[in-house]
Amino acid sequence: MSDRLDFSGRNLYELDSYSVSEIETIFETAKIMKQIIKRDYKKIPTLRGKTIATLFFEESTRTRISFELAAKRLSADVISFSSTGSSVKKGESLQDTVYTLNAMGIDLYVVRHSCPGVPQLVHKYSNKPVLNAGDGRHSHPTQALLDMFSIWERKGSLKDLKVTVVGDILHSRVVRSNLIGMSKMGAKVTICGPRTLMPPKIEEVYDAKCEYDLIKAVKDADIIMGLRMQLERQAEGLFPGLSEYSKRYGLSKNVLKYAKRNVLIMHPGPMNRGVEILPEVADSEHSIIIEQVTNGVAIRMAILFLILGGKT
Amino acid sequence: MILLKNGFVYLSSEKKFERLDILIDGKFIKKISPNITTNSAVTYDCKGRYIFPGFVDLHCHLRDPGYTYKEDIESGAKSAAKGGFTSICCMPNTNPTIDNISTVNYVTRKARDVGKTKIFVIGAMSKGSQGKEIANIGSMIKGGIVAISDDGNCIQNAKLMLNVMRYVSIFKIPIISHSEDYSLSKDGQVNYGYMSTKLGLPGIPTLAEEIMVSRDIMLADVTNTNIHIAHASTKRTVDLIRYAKKQGIKITAEVTPHHLILTEQACENFDTNTKMKPPLRSEQDRQALINGLLDDTIDIIATDHAPHSDYEKELEFIKAPFGTIGFESAFPALYTNFVKTKKIKFEKLIEKMTSRPTEIIGKELGKIEEGKPADITVVDLNKSYTFTEEEILSKSKNSPFLGNKFWGKIEMTICDGKFTWKI
Ligand SMILES: [Zn+2]
Repeated sequence: MSDRLDFSGRNLYELDSYSVSEIETIFETAKIMKQIIKRDYKKIPTLRGKTIATLFFEESTRTRISFELAAKRLSADVISFSSTGSSVKKGESLQDTVYTLNAMGIDLYVVRHSCPGVPQLVHKYSNKPVLNAGDGRHSHPTQALLDMFSIWERKGSLKDLKVTVVGDILHSRVVRSNLIGMSKMGAKVTICGPRTLMPPKIEEVYDAKCEYDLIKAVKDADIIMGLRMQLERQAEGLFPGLSEYSKRYGLSKNVLKYAKRNVLIMHPGPMNRGVEILPEVADSEHSIIIEQVTNGVAIRMAILFLILGGKT
Repeated sequence: MILLKNGFVYLSSEKKFERLDILIDGKFIKKISPNITTNSAVTYDCKGRYIFPGFVDLHCHLRDPGYTYKEDIESGAKSAAKGGFTSICCMPNTNPTIDNISTVNYVTRKARDVGKTKIFVIGAMSKGSQGKEIANIGSMIKGGIVAISDDGNCIQNAKLMLNVMRYVSIFKIPIISHSEDYSLSKDGQVNYGYMSTKLGLPGIPTLAEEIMVSRDIMLADVTNTNIHIAHASTKRTVDLIRYAKKQGIKITAEVTPHHLILTEQACENFDTNTKMKPPLRSEQDRQALINGLLDDTIDIIATDHAPHSDYEKELEFIKAPFGTIGFESAFPALYTNFVKTKKIKFEKLIEKMTSRPTEIIGKELGKIEEGKPADITVVDLNKSYTFTEEEILSKSKNSPFLGNKFWGKIEMTICDGKFTWKI
């Protein structure tokens, strides 16, 4: 493993500030971390004495647990702050919350917030490294890293792979980070979904191809990723209903026929079985959805390890 | 008496600069001539300096009454004077709203007491700017308002807007339209397009503006009203105004310095000082605004000075209010970006900041002429400096231009013969 790349003290807001070799270093490190979490004794003392705060202003049990588990596996102390029932509701500002925590000696913040750009604000107030665990629709870099790591593990590289992402592209932070990361790593990404759920100028902003027909979109795909479709978008007038959506964009066995034979099926979770993905696909031998969850812990361990200055 | 000697004086009637002396007696310009000698005047050597009519701003927010922690009439007037302005028009979205004669009187009286600049009041179109009932426009006109606007709000109901125009058409004052269809702008934060996609923020489409501009053009046409489009920000808006002018509709329009200089790109780092309404648009829109200014489709430049306190702006992007201050950066930013780079003729810029805005509100100001009020700004164009928070006189510091290098330092502002700013 290269020890020349210095991650210590870095922020992770979005993948655009990370190079290809840095991302590969994260993957290599995650591979080692994955071996550790498969042992009987799943803990290493690397971050003993460090304190990590997870600030979740928007609830996401899966992501929070994944981060906290990663931190604990590395023997860090974890303080968990979530806005539900906390002083934030009583009008305490983000700034005050961070000042208070900072006074308690936090070494790194993991931040989830419904407003884009909040991780940057937390860093401004704390001057400590910040990991973005999802800021609104903007970015979710550790999810993209674990997605990419899952592919990298299976395929050896992302170079020239065709990745198709299907669903509510407009509201997805996962897509944005994956578009940045995957094209950086050489994959060709096609995005697919109803036109009302496609952000403007997306092909200009990212290196992506936009397709509205699912069969065309998955043609010869190496990877297909489904995204969660939310019923509330129907109320906003963005699509007619879940059954029509499922018929047009649901991932079924029939759809897989058009992809490569060894296609991998992914989903960032939580899934709506029977809406964006049918059980026959979610549970098929193509699916690596469960493995993504395991890899999530490994990737987050790797990042915490690298950023908090762990030595290899 | 004050004697300004040897400056390059801008003569509005001839649209050119000439090296002249200006003698001010009391409130008025007594004499403009190449070589004035008198020993009864305080003399200032303006060698190498440029002398303009005091700038006129048709669109600003003074936050007084109600939000004086952001700005008040005194701090706003001082900030305007430092920016070289001698006349400003303030929008009615205060608390209470300026929708009645007593609030008009409050602002006028306080402005007179402060004295630093001429302040003209714009009254609300609808009561409380709520878009439901017509405000007491007639009595406010008696109190001296120069225009009406629900700026910050936009009447969504076409029937009410039609009635406001019908009602106002007999008074001959312009209606200033903040054009925004709320069903399209909704919870938008930045321009709908490249930046909203990149930042994952809800977008405000250009359509939200253009649909309302179209509506108001049609309503102005049938009611024969003077309509003034505030802060035009899109290419299609410029096209619509150009079309309307060709049709003979009584339409004028303004653009702000920030929409002329910046694009949505400025929002990239979530700096809330770049959050404004209408939002900063694309490069294509920006070029169209410049072209609109060059061919006089867009009549004037207005600051839309919109002060907010730092604790309001230093928040999550979605929570921060819209708006940027503008008095103190307007001239230097425009001069640096357009005149120094030879993209806009100096004379054109001056017209759009002086005589043209006063025509829209029907005032005889914005010109340097013998016998006229001595409203004058003296600028050193060869001085460059960095625009910083420390030097801003507004109570608020929310400017997207902080840290920019500007040319053109305003050295003196004279309003009604009195120094209102002097280095
Ligand atoms: Zn406005």
